[in-house]
Amino acid sequence: MANVSAQLRVPTRRNAELLLLGFAVLITVAAEAAVEATRDGRISSRLVTYAAVPLAIGLITHLVIRKVARYADPLLLPIVVLLNGLGLVMIHRLDLGLKQQAAEGGATYSGAAAPTQVVWTAMGVVLFVVLLLVVRDHRVLQRYAYTLALAGVFLLMLPAVLPARFSEVNGARIWIRVAGFSLQPGEFAKILLTIFGASYLVAKRDVLALAGKRFLGIDFPRGRDFGPLLAAWLVCIGVLIRGHDLGTSLMFFGLFVVLLYVATERPSWVIVGAVLFAGGAYVSYQLFGNVQTRVGVWLHAFSPVHFDDGYQLRQSLFGLGTGGIFGAGLGGGHPELVPLPATDFIISSFGEEIGLFGLVGLLMLYALFVARGLAAGLAVRDAFGKLLATGLAFLVALQLFVVVAGVTRLLPETGLTTPFLSYGGSSLLANYALLALLVRVSDAARRPAQVPPSKATPEPETVPA
Amino acid sequence: MNRPIRKVAVALLVLLAAMFVNLNFVQVVKGSEYRNHAGNSRVLLAEYSNPRGQIVVQGTAIATSKSTKDELKYLRVYPQGPEYAAVTGYYSFVYGTNAMENAANSVLSGNDNRLFGSQLADLFTGRNPRGGSVELTLNKAAQDAAYKSMRNPDGTYRRGAVVALDPTTGAILAVVSTPSYDPNKLSTHSAASNAKYYASLQPKKGDPNPANPLLNRAFNQTYAPGSVFKVVDSAGALKTGIKSTTQVPAPNSYWPLEPKRTDPCPANLQAPCVENFQGETCDNGTTATLAFALAKSCNTAFAELAVNKLGAKGLQDEASLFGFDGGQLDTPLGVSRSTVGTAKVLADKAALAQTSFGQRDVRMTPLQGAMISAAVANGGTLMQPYLVQKELGPNLSVLTDTNPKQLSQVIDPTLDEDLKAMMLGVVKSPEGTGHAADITDIAGVTVAGKTGTADTGIFVNGKQTPPHAWFSGYALLNGNPKIAVAVIIENGGVNGSETTGGLAAAPVAKAVMEAYLKSSAGR
Repeated sequence: MANVSAQLRVPTRRNAELLLLGFAVLITVAAEAAVEATRDGRISSRLVTYAAVPLAIGLITHLVIRKVARYADPLLLPIVVLLNGLGLVMIHRLDLGLKQQAAEGGATYSGAAAPTQVVWTAMGVVLFVVLLLVVRDHRVLQRYAYTLALAGVFLLMLPAVLPARFSEVNGARIWIRVAGFSLQPGEFAKILLTIFGASYLVAKRDVLALAGKRFLGIDFPRGRDFGPLLAAWLVCIGVLIRGHDLGTSLMFFGLFVVLLYVATERPSWVIVGAVLFAGGAYVSYQLFGNVQTRVGVWLHAFSPVHFDDGYQLRQSLFGLGTGGIFGAGLGGGHPELVPLPATDFIISSFGEEIGLFGLVGLLMLYALFVARGLAAGLAVRDAFGKLLATGLAFLVALQLFVVVAGVTRLLPETGLTTPFLSYGGSSLLANYALLALLVRVSDAARRPAQVPPSKATPEPETVPA
Repeated sequence: MNRPIRKVAVALLVLLAAMFVNLNFVQVVKGSEYRNHAGNSRVLLAEYSNPRGQIVVQGTAIATSKSTKDELKYLRVYPQGPEYAAVTGYYSFVYGTNAMENAANSVLSGNDNRLFGSQLADLFTGRNPRGGSVELTLNKAAQDAAYKSMRNPDGTYRRGAVVALDPTTGAILAVVSTPSYDPNKLSTHSAASNAKYYASLQPKKGDPNPANPLLNRAFNQTYAPGSVFKVVDSAGALKTGIKSTTQVPAPNSYWPLEPKRTDPCPANLQAPCVENFQGETCDNGTTATLAFALAKSCNTAFAELAVNKLGAKGLQDEASLFGFDGGQLDTPLGVSRSTVGTAKVLADKAALAQTSFGQRDVRMTPLQGAMISAAVANGGTLMQPYLVQKELGPNLSVLTDTNPKQLSQVIDPTLDEDLKAMMLGVVKSPEGTGHAADITDIAGVTVAGKTGTADTGIFVNGKQTPPHAWFSGYALLNGNPKIAVAVIIENGGVNGSETTGGLAAAPVAKAVMEAYLKSSAGR
């Protein structure tokens, strides 16, 4: 009976989640209705699709969570459903814009992205459900840390070693393109490597936290403990050299430094990491033409020197500026004028049509998502869970920051997708996997100590050597 | 591990703040700069995505929108091309808008606040928002005649302008400025062809006397009025008690600074001395009636009147009643200011004498030239000139309907009868200079006016270009004022000959008046 009373004292919040999901569906439908009203002057039966998709995602994932992760954070899922739904609406809206643009130019537009995104969403949901069902306790993942790391590095390296015709899109060799399908394996690698990083650091944190030399009042680690950080740094530089992928290497390095810092509680790692980053950035600027171009465009977007390669960033700024405070209204702007409006620059598309107010609202959704992820990290009892949740939440935050800073000219543009919002299968699948893991950790965090993990046999708490 | 996680959260909050601040910078601080940047086609696309309203003359569109297949959905077309260009202006996505396209933009584009109801309805019915239309006061017959009369036999156009007014209302019946340009060619959706045509309209480098087709000479070019200004002198003189039949001094030479001096003016005309055209004698060589002086356009008579009877103040006051040195006329097209010159300049009697026959600093637009005749024709009542009769909403609801407004009373109606008789003399009397304006084949029509020949002050290769030829006059039908016209032909006269001005400009005025009187509107 003690168990029961403990359960009663900790509410599962599943009904709150259901209510919030309802709101997410409503907002998505309203957004699509706005697009159709503005573009066609009437509301079509397509609206049913845009109600059905978030409703289906929401209901399926909600029921699975009810079943196998009933103490999970109630905000994570509705936020993702809303972002996914809004992204879908924007992708559809861009389809309409691009179709019109093509028609005016006498061409036909055949690349309708919204239906594909619906398929990817469905696959993402399947992945989410499978992960939640298979991984009943996040600590199991520790056992496979090295296997997952190997898989991660393999995925990361694969496009770089493949011939360019299988891997290069827009100058970045980060793809695997086979038979009309294209995947960005780096998206999956980031999760696999987060799991590995968390697991590795939990095992090694005591050693890494040992103080070495003291310099300027800060304890620096011992020289021999730099190994892992240097390895991560080298992997990132390797990705950069072969793949020309600024964004992914920045993300990995940032992730690893933060995991190190959280695991060891030593700020010195952040300083060392920053120095290494600065060095890497300087060297890559000296060595790689595309890095120089990106930086040049960033600094002199309006200079005639960057008339061609600065076009995309300028159009992005024009879109954001034209949108202003309140935006042109969904369907009322011309986001299709920005190249890659549905992937790298979907933030500009939103900024033009829903304005500063809407965009800040979107940022707040992400902030809330990240905050809930970090809260799960704070509340969960095991060290691996803490590192995993923090790492995953940080990934989302950093990726969003790099994208937003890039399209608003705060930093050089690096070519990353916006989690859950952008068009793209790999990104969507990977982020649904990320969501599944965060949901799993948050469930563990909020579950009363007496209640065993649902149905699955309890795993030993010790870390495999 | 919770302490570093919290610190990570704080660091992420800092990143969020950075994004927030930067978005504010991009979307708010720099917003309007980006919105209006030359490389940003969004605002333009929005403007071109709705049909723009029509500019209408007597039920015929002179500017309308045609839907196209390219990215800018509507093309602006001007079916009459150059004939109405001075009024319509152009609607270019490279050079913006001008003339009526600019002045009436809010109604034409449908953004006018008065169209709010219609905008709201469009929003709910999902119809494309449409612009309202603008109905002008122009008269097709008068405009056609004016434009055609400025054409040379070889198809080129004389430089000059024609303005016609309805004297009783101030409604503008014709506005022609030649050479004109084709607004269609500035409104195409090809930036390259726009630019090419625009460049061809610009003055050539080093050209002392460029054609300036984009200049609306009727409203925005001022010229020395020459002898047309003597109508203003006459109105002032009549107010001092002089009658058209009064004998006024009209010597062969007049020295404004030395009233007793009678010797002829020196040949180089450097001294402050006034003589008549080609040194002609006015009537008996000492005096003439005021009517005779106006009909023959005797300079000495009016110089003497201005210096001895009117004075600088009297002349300025009379001129300002006619519209000189007045407030900005809003037709709604902008009109350049006509002026008699500063009080400081006019304090010099030599300058005052020259001003009396429309030289020195006095300058007027062709519109002002028409206003002089219109006021005389209308019993001395000067009406405010206007070009827009009605502004209509997209649903043809009337937004505004212009009511004629009186600008001033230039002369008492009874005195005006005398002035009318004097101007009639210019066209009818044997000594008159404006015979070429007379209309004899329409029953009940009386034509009156005044010719002018104005030095240009423009020298090419050391020689002054031929003088501008003026005519300002009006036609009465059975005693009722119908139309007032001013015509200027640049370099249309011959230096030193008053009659040549009349010969060049008066026939154009006649053609316009005749066409108008024969049209249904003129009856």
